[in-house]
Amino acid sequence: MTRQPRLLTAEALAKCPTGIRGLDQVTDGGLPRNRSTLVCGGPGAGKTLLGLEFLARGARDFREAGVFVSFEERPEDLAKNAVSLGFDLGRLARSKRLVVEHIALDRNQLLEAGEYDLEGLFIRLEAAIASVGAKRVVLDTIEALFGALTNQGILRAELNRLFSWLKDKGVTTVITAERGQGALTRHGLEEYVSDCVLMLDQRVDDQIATRRLRIVKYRGSTHGTNEYPFLIDRSGFLVLPITDVSLDYASPKQFVSSGVAKLDEMLGGKGYFQASTVMVSGTAGTGKTSLAAHFVDGGCRRGDRCLYFAFEESPAQIMRNMRSVGIHLQKWVDRGLLTFHAMRPTSVGMETHISLMLKQLQDFRPHVVVLDPISSFEAAGTPLDAHAMLIRVIDLLKARGITTLFTSLTSGEVASEQAGSGVSSLIDAWILLRNLEQGGERTRSLYVLKARGMRHSNQIREFLLTDRGADLQDIYIGPEGILVGSARADQEMRDRASAVASRRDIEQKKEVLERKHKAFQARIAELEAAYAAEAHDLKGAITQEEGRLKIGLTGRTTLAADRQRTDRTSTGTSGRARR
Amino acid sequence: MKRAASTKKKVTRASARKAASPRPQRNRASAATDYDLVLFISGASERSRVALANIKVIANEHLKGRYRLSVVDLYQQPQRAREHEIIAVPTLVRRLPAPLRRLVGDLSDGDRVMIGLDIVPKSRNG
Repeated sequence: MTRQPRLLTAEALAKCPTGIRGLDQVTDGGLPRNRSTLVCGGPGAGKTLLGLEFLARGARDFREAGVFVSFEERPEDLAKNAVSLGFDLGRLARSKRLVVEHIALDRNQLLEAGEYDLEGLFIRLEAAIASVGAKRVVLDTIEALFGALTNQGILRAELNRLFSWLKDKGVTTVITAERGQGALTRHGLEEYVSDCVLMLDQRVDDQIATRRLRIVKYRGSTHGTNEYPFLIDRSGFLVLPITDVSLDYASPKQFVSSGVAKLDEMLGGKGYFQASTVMVSGTAGTGKTSLAAHFVDGGCRRGDRCLYFAFEESPAQIMRNMRSVGIHLQKWVDRGLLTFHAMRPTSVGMETHISLMLKQLQDFRPHVVVLDPISSFEAAGTPLDAHAMLIRVIDLLKARGITTLFTSLTSGEVASEQAGSGVSSLIDAWILLRNLEQGGERTRSLYVLKARGMRHSNQIREFLLTDRGADLQDIYIGPEGILVGSARADQEMRDRASAVASRRDIEQKKEVLERKHKAFQARIAELEAAYAAEAHDLKGAITQEEGRLKIGLTGRTTLAADRQRTDRTSTGTSGRARR
Repeated sequence: MKRAASTKKKVTRASARKAASPRPQRNRASAATDYDLVLFISGASERSRVALANIKVIANEHLKGRYRLSVVDLYQQPQRAREHEIIAVPTLVRRLPAPLRRLVGDLSDGDRVMIGLDIVPKSRNG
């Protein structure tokens, strides 16, 4: 039961790559090979261009010749249109890779009188296909037949025959059709083409036009179901599969400097995480753009490619202003490391903005992106639109590992934490710039409101814009609260003065101590000297005395012995003598 | 309407002679031709046969001696389809009198053929 359909789908999955940027991605490989694809859309939606590019790219990039059957535009006009996409139909025709078959249907010349078939069309197609060995055919737009011929019965039967004939021919066909009221096409062509239907759309919201492509159906193939915005630029179609938002991007561990050393310190020492999204919000004149410029400057110094989307100022204006704070961006532009892309948020629709951004990303492949400011998008559309757009932009950038800095202007009245199109949950690091008013002056201050995954400072710093760039100063927190600006300077001076005073005091005390010590030493010496003298004298006296004493005793003994000798015997003792 | 058609006939006769050039000619009826008709067919199909028969009948009835009819088989000469801007088959092209007209179909709807070729029926004409 299940095996057979699976085999069938495997067969049906053969695809014919269009080469159109983005289209093969959303169709998962291209259009169904050897089958017909219906491209429908309103006037000016880009149907003919899609067909042209399908053939031109097929001929150029895939070596598959093509036949463009034009029921409306003349070959000269088609060639002109193709040139606008960067394709030279004339050259492709000369090298037998593309042929334009113009089928003119002048209703005024045609009159139906009886039964007929469209064998003439078949014969012409056959001849054209054979002339170049075509593998691809575009019928633009076959609906013109409905305008020229009135017999619906015959027409429908012949269209049916045509599509199966094309399938048998082994050509991949694109059929364009005008969009109808309440139906995909005006004449119900979708009934005949059942394999793949693409819808092109150009919608105008708030006077801003956006092109979108949707795959209405694609039998036997997976495909994206969303509306994909697309662009038509000098190199053709660009379909942007950006609605496929996913969260499965890697989170790098590397850091990217904020460009301000002291801010890096506040963010745990190394700066922002690579591929993270940083928002700098603040009221007017708080230095958002300067901080962004520092970030870009730092990036260029590392040799990173930086892309700066300016939504309010012109690049020249930004560079001039940044020169005044010592950031020279021109040299990076000259070296090709920095590219500015200035556009007004209101100039095109949100989708187109994303498309343009994506194109820039693809062309320039930046490491660092700045969007300055995102708040201007709220003016361009509804807050919901702006929010949805930012989510997608953030996703786009993250998926590419690009570190992004948004600036967001907040008005003074609104609580600044609410700023930023409600994208705070999508922001990895949020730096808040505020003006503090104190003592009759305004001082810029900066603090890190959040920084996911890093230990960040929770202190408010004074944010100084000097002519050598931004600098951060610790804020003085004293007994009277936070002091900034002149008050801080004043306090610091006072602190310095009192420090000097105490140092002087210490010196003095040290001197006194020294003096005392010296005096003390002197007195010790004096005492020692006096003592030594006295001791010397005393010792001398003692010796003298002892000497005298010895002499005295001897003398007396001698005297006594002499007396004994004379008195009784010659050997008598002194004791006896004393007795 | 009738008057306009007849004056047109007169005006274009002169200019048509000037523009005369070699053409596929099989059923040349006479040298003085008001009507230059080419029938494009696809091989020996039923419709082709019917169309050829129909135009012969109508032409012989209303344009006797004033027309020439050539038949092109697109299967034999496919390049002619492009040259003459043919989509539907059979197609009868009225090259003269100007303006160029294309009649699509097997020409079984006689009234429409008459209208398409600007033929004024004899009965009404008289």
